[in-house]
Amino acid sequence: MPLLYTQSLRREFGGVVAVSDVDIEIFKNSITGLIGPNGAGKTTLFNTITGLDYPTSGFVFFKGEDITPLPAYKITRSGIARTFQNIRLFKEMTVFENVMIGRHFRANHPHIVKNRLINFILGRIFVKQEEYDIYESSIKWLDFFGLLDFRDEYAKNLPYGKQRELEIARALATEPEVLFLDEPAAGMNPQETDELMVTIKRIRDLGITVVLIEHDMKLVMNICDKIIVLNYGRKIAEGTPAQVQNNKEVIEAYLGKTDE
Amino acid sequence: MNLFNIPHNELLQHLLNGLTLGAIYSLIALGYTMVYGILKFINFAHGEILMLGAYAGYYVYYLICDPSQGGSFVIFAFIISLLTAMVISASLGVFIERVAYRPLRKAPRLAPLLSAIGVSIILMNLAALFFGTKSRKFDYPIDNTTIQLDGTSITPNQIMILAVGLIMMTALKLFIDKSRLGKAMRATSQNQSVAALMGINVNFIISLTFAIGSALAAVAGIMMSLEFKLYPTMGQMAGLKAFIAAVVGGIGNISGAMLGGILLGLLETFGVVILGIPQGLKDTIAFSVLIIILLVKPSGLLIKNIREKV
Repeated sequence: MPLLYTQSLRREFGGVVAVSDVDIEIFKNSITGLIGPNGAGKTTLFNTITGLDYPTSGFVFFKGEDITPLPAYKITRSGIARTFQNIRLFKEMTVFENVMIGRHFRANHPHIVKNRLINFILGRIFVKQEEYDIYESSIKWLDFFGLLDFRDEYAKNLPYGKQRELEIARALATEPEVLFLDEPAAGMNPQETDELMVTIKRIRDLGITVVLIEHDMKLVMNICDKIIVLNYGRKIAEGTPAQVQNNKEVIEAYLGKTDE
Repeated sequence: MNLFNIPHNELLQHLLNGLTLGAIYSLIALGYTMVYGILKFINFAHGEILMLGAYAGYYVYYLICDPSQGGSFVIFAFIISLLTAMVISASLGVFIERVAYRPLRKAPRLAPLLSAIGVSIILMNLAALFFGTKSRKFDYPIDNTTIQLDGTSITPNQIMILAVGLIMMTALKLFIDKSRLGKAMRATSQNQSVAALMGINVNFIISLTFAIGSALAAVAGIMMSLEFKLYPTMGQMAGLKAFIAAVVGGIGNISGAMLGGILLGLLETFGVVILGIPQGLKDTIAFSVLIIILLVKPSGLLIKNIREKV
């Protein structure tokens, strides 16, 4: 069974159907690419899955459970994280704080007993240990991206490429099982893109499932196990990079129909 | 030091009075600024939350003790009534947000603002209806005989206001800067949707913000009732002044609200002395300050003008 799948997911804005009855399946430990021309509904699909937006109809299942009606913070706590096309960091916080905040609200406390009050009290007592764990794992993620030297910088002062990495680090600090990346290579030069490809593979090797929207075909074709193509809100193709590249409908969507 | 030919001891006296007034303004301004920081809207019912908090404290106080008797039980009763007032105000603040602002969260920004003004008018009139319009005096829990210090007189009540103000503000600053929830509040104020994606329950954080701001308003309300009087419209002018204080410091900025409040208290006190403004026109000072700050530095003293990179 796929780790995450949608059932005829649909999102309408007034009369515009941004996502039209889309079924996608994301398998554990894979890298899935979501491509399509501008306005195809890729980001809207991301938003409805991660809880930033609600679908008009349809369902999202994660680990066998229906997460469609959950608010964003609960979806995050269940193990889904994402980044944005336009970087959205906490600009007025340090690099370290940005990552720590992702870790803070992941799991409240180790739940020893079911009673919330008792857990709350225990949480106060063991708060030192918890803080230490958060510190350790935040350091771990900063180190993973080579951001340790910048830990006390304000996020807004980082160079662009580093901000992108920090956003991914922050998302990973929530300890997700699935990571959604919305155009991670946007604005990067070819060398940075190459580094990003390595990074995404390293993330996958940690056992994290990756789903990404990307326009950089070199990146998509190189690292994705599966590619899903959207056009006008509909899924028009899906398969391995080679299959998708030769799909007639995909070529038409990108290049337009040839008059024969 | 001999500024404007004011004798040394008088200068100290004005400084002290200004700081006391300023501490109260700061406590109220914090509520405005915290809510603005997160929801980008001015909670114009904040002054009424203050007033109702003061009344709550008043009734609890006179319910459990007779202040004329004095003694340690009265002090104990005062502390209990202060804490009860904080809890009641906090609940009221959370309740108001829930019924009057949350349904309008996605509406144009003018809508919650009008809703707030409506809530303010309703609460003020309900208070007048139930508590009467006559002003009351909140009896001091401690002997309030003036203490003379080198020609400067200070009342125990002023000392208490300054101490409580200092404690509350330090505690708040520590909470915001160091605690997990404080960090969640800062994150929420910077970007709500991303905060939610970090696993933060944004609605809870907003409720918490209202609760803290309202509890601080209750403290300010009781301090005001002790120093001045208790009446249904007491929140009006106090609320406006504190709003000005928040704007002066830079609305949305916690330290700014503290600074703005203190600054406004000092300006009002010294304005009367130095510029010779008649007591009756004292309120013009605050509003002139508002106009000047809006003309010169509309973002407020502690907010840097940040240019967004495109």
